[in-house]
Amino acid sequence: MEVITSIKPLLAVLVSLLVVPILISSTRPNVREGWTFVAAIAKFLIVISMLPTILHGNEIVCTVAEVIPGIAIKFRVDALGMLFALVSSSLWIITSVYSIGYMRGLKEHSQTRYFCFFALCLSATIGVAFSANLLTLFLFYEMLSFATYPLVVHHQDEEARSSGRKYLLYIAGGSIAFVLPAMLISYNLAGTLEFSNQGFLAGTGSKTLMLILLLMFIFGFAKSAIMPVHSWLPAAMVAPTPVSALLHAVAVVKVGVFSIIRILTGVYGINLLASLNLGIVVCYIASFTIIVASLIALSQDGLKRRLAFSTISQLSYIILGVALLSPKGMAGGMTHIAMHAFGKITLFFCAGAIFVATGKKNISEMVGIGKRMPVTMVAFFIGALSVIGLPPCGGFISKWNLVLGTLQADQWPMLVVLLGSSLLNAAYFLPIVYKAFFCTKEESLFEKKIEEAPVWCVVPLAVTAAASIILFFYPQPFFGLANMAVKSMLGG
Amino acid sequence: MSDLVSTIIANYNYWIYITLMMIGLYAMIAKNNLVKKIVGMNIFQTAIILFYVSIGAKRGATIPILEHAHNGHGHGAASHMVHAVDYINPLPHVLMLTAIVVAVATLGVALALAIRVYNRYNTLEEDEILAQIREK
Amino acid sequence: MSQQYPALLVIVPLLSALLISIAGWVNKKLCFPIAVAALSVAALSSVGLLLRVLDEGVVLYRLGGWDPPFGIAYYVDHLNGLILNVVSFVALFNLIAAKKSVEQEFPEKIGPFYTLYVLMVTGLLGIVVTGDAFNLYVLLEIAALTGYGLLAMGEDRAPLSSLNYLYMGTIGACFYLLGVGYLYIVTGSLNMVDIAGILPNLYQSKAVLAALIICMVGVWLKMAFFPLHAWLPNAYTYAPSAASSLIAPLVTKVMIYVMIRLVLTVFTPKYAFDTLVISHSIVWLACIAIVMGAILALAQRNLKKMLTYVIVAEVGYMVGGFWLGNRDGMTGAILHIVNDALMTLCAFLVVSNIVYKVKGHKFEDLKGLFRTMPFTMGAFVVAALSIIGVPPTCGFFSKWYLISGGISAGQYGFVVALLFSSLINVILFFRIIEIAFYEPFGNDHAHTSQPECIKEAPLTMLIPLLIVAVGLVIVGVYTSDIVTHIIQFAIPKGIL
Repeated sequence: MEVITSIKPLLAVLVSLLVVPILISSTRPNVREGWTFVAAIAKFLIVISMLPTILHGNEIVCTVAEVIPGIAIKFRVDALGMLFALVSSSLWIITSVYSIGYMRGLKEHSQTRYFCFFALCLSATIGVAFSANLLTLFLFYEMLSFATYPLVVHHQDEEARSSGRKYLLYIAGGSIAFVLPAMLISYNLAGTLEFSNQGFLAGTGSKTLMLILLLMFIFGFAKSAIMPVHSWLPAAMVAPTPVSALLHAVAVVKVGVFSIIRILTGVYGINLLASLNLGIVVCYIASFTIIVASLIALSQDGLKRRLAFSTISQLSYIILGVALLSPKGMAGGMTHIAMHAFGKITLFFCAGAIFVATGKKNISEMVGIGKRMPVTMVAFFIGALSVIGLPPCGGFISKWNLVLGTLQADQWPMLVVLLGSSLLNAAYFLPIVYKAFFCTKEESLFEKKIEEAPVWCVVPLAVTAAASIILFFYPQPFFGLANMAVKSMLGG
Repeated sequence: MSDLVSTIIANYNYWIYITLMMIGLYAMIAKNNLVKKIVGMNIFQTAIILFYVSIGAKRGATIPILEHAHNGHGHGAASHMVHAVDYINPLPHVLMLTAIVVAVATLGVALALAIRVYNRYNTLEEDEILAQIREK
Repeated sequence: MSQQYPALLVIVPLLSALLISIAGWVNKKLCFPIAVAALSVAALSSVGLLLRVLDEGVVLYRLGGWDPPFGIAYYVDHLNGLILNVVSFVALFNLIAAKKSVEQEFPEKIGPFYTLYVLMVTGLLGIVVTGDAFNLYVLLEIAALTGYGLLAMGEDRAPLSSLNYLYMGTIGACFYLLGVGYLYIVTGSLNMVDIAGILPNLYQSKAVLAALIICMVGVWLKMAFFPLHAWLPNAYTYAPSAASSLIAPLVTKVMIYVMIRLVLTVFTPKYAFDTLVISHSIVWLACIAIVMGAILALAQRNLKKMLTYVIVAEVGYMVGGFWLGNRDGMTGAILHIVNDALMTLCAFLVVSNIVYKVKGHKFEDLKGLFRTMPFTMGAFVVAALSIIGVPPTCGFFSKWYLISGGISAGQYGFVVALLFSSLINVILFFRIIEIAFYEPFGNDHAHTSQPECIKEAPLTMLIPLLIVAVGLVIVGVYTSDIVTHIIQFAIPKGIL
């Protein structure tokens, strides 16, 4: 393994930051959106240009500045970070297309602010993906928290305000009250914050202390929406749909999960977790979330709220997979970052398209909508299949590995959790699709005339749906990256 | 017991300054009238000035003016040796000149402010002023 | 010239204050340029001085050529070199930003205002630069008396609250003077370094203990350390905005510097931390200060008043951090002097911009400000994030050191208090941001694009504000350099 020094990771972070002044000063919407695309594509290209290096088993590092003596703001691109960066930067392009359709379709106000903060969020996301130490990760994590706030409360009404409050309480409160002290205690114990493949906390404190710190980290990174710190996510659904789609199905929540993975693998290390039996603790917390969130999802009528609870449960799959500490489980969990992203973003795009085209938000009002918006609903079906984990969709690959992982780790209860929750997933998604297409004429709430959302909305969701299917046949490079990450973490 | 009494008597200057200080502090805290508070403040400052002045004083010493300082150079230095014991310490007194200036300036500012308060509220009683503020 | 920096620092503003006061009679327009020139000289001198200190170590300046301990010595090391820069630059930026608001608030008193302003800065710079305990008292009173005058220029109940401040401030200064008197009795010296040299033989003396306690109480009164803070909120709230944005960032911070200087240089850390066992109790007092400051801030319905209680909490940060007695804690306290001065300046400049445009600083006055004053509110958000302690703004880094110091000293109460106040700060500032962002709720708010009607403050107010806001981030990023090149040398080697 070689370590290559390059400023590419920094560029990848900065490119969307640099475009913000241009976005603010541009007067014409077309110019503004043009620059958003430039930034999105540039970011994607920079990320992709690092891919071959990573696939060859090398790492890229970039030290920006030493902000506290001994701790630098530093980027390090490894397989796991690459996986996450690839997912979020590619989906940003698609979401930008979708945003244009959605925001213009609804004639939303303050679109400049919207695009600016979107760009900021993506900078922060990539920053988290490429952080080399806990401080850098914390920095971008916080930046993301506050950059998302204006997006969540975009509508500026009373509902948005109360959701915004909840959002800040959980996200900022968790990171300040738990992560910050936990980080400082770790630093005091180990004298470093640098992620390493075997972790840096080994042999520094008693088991109780390690357990307390672990819980502080897991619940402090509230973006992962693990129960009981999940309730900001359904509340955040007041945001415009592209925000929910990219941020609350991909970027923000995955940043939370990603941070927890980093804590588990880079701070604690697999060996320490295994020797102290802490992995299993995390498994149980995650599986509780998986089951309960799925059950709550069943009872939600708001489509976006149902998707939100589904997201909560799916996020815990990832944590569960990594906490199993078995190679297959970890690979499955990490691949699920990508697979779930493509599936869930499709579902959110569909929800947004339905809202743009018909103004409907509730599932009970969507009976027969398949005849009105066939493309959207087919995409919805594909997305749902992927999230449930059925072939021929990408979700199957990750779920399959997760199941294998439980066997490998000899954790039968977790196997039951996974299978049970897949059934629940099916139970809350498939009826929507069924009702949309197969309903009697009397039941149908829509005329037969085909009337889709604007083409800017439909194309992205078709693309992500197609991608979900393609990922089943070609799960590379995501699956490969996940395997590489696992290999290095297990000390291979 | 006699020890204590003799200590108290020997250090009577400190007791005077502490008593004065407490009187001043009491006036500042307990008095309702703003000008009385200012008076208390001045007593408080004066107490500290007296404290400084008293630490410079010595029994049987004189003012620190060296009569033969100029021709004391070079020759006969031993015969004109300055005995510090014979003179009071001038430094605290000089310092207190500055402190008096400060005290006067503070007094001036305080009285000016009191006048402005009076012009606005037509009273100098603190409780009446606060009542007026609360009414608004 | 460069040899004379310490004198220039104080003399130039002092003389220009006289000049301004004369110029005020002749032509009011002359006052502002003179003030700017004077403070620029001070700022340049302080930069030059800091560079010299970095280069050669401690700079000793004998005023009038008299050798210490007989003459007054100006004594500049890494600690006050840093603080001098903070004071002079904060004063300069605020002066430039204040021009318009002074013209608006009291056009007839321009001359006196700038005179007092520059005199006050003279006092503050003098406090920081001097190496003589009594000289410090005099300068303390210069800064305080001018401060009372500046604060009393404000609206409504300003004279009353500054009179109250005057009572408390005078008690504080007198206590300090008394403490110095005790030191003088036992050591016979007023020069700080000289006293420190004599003290080790007197560690058991009750007089030294009394001197330390009396000095500390006096200094705490002046810095508004809870529960001695009662004078601060009203005095700062009703002051004119140009005055409060000078006094709020600097006075409490300079007093914290005085506390640090007294303990580190005069009483020596060995005495304060090893011989005496008071540091734990003081840290607990600081915890109470932090928590109470935060809670009291929560009860306010006025932006400026809320910020004043935030200052009370921040004073607790620094006092507590310093009395932790370890390297991290002290680094945090000194770094926080710098950072808090900048954060507070930024927040109060925002207030003065708002007051300039909206003529009020109650919560109700803030409605819809994000639309009308986007840049000012942008700076406010940066200040808020810094006070909350979000990286990469500078507030995070000093909090990092403070918490880290708390952990290594085993003072978990202090850590909890810091985190608690950070959380309360989130609530405090986002409450403001919410009001400015959401309200007034329109009828058809969601899907119509409101006409853009930006009514920003004038550029001379806006540009210094934005510079300070950007500075918050830049100082944050350069924390490492500040710590390794300056603060590290400011703390005695014996402290680990």
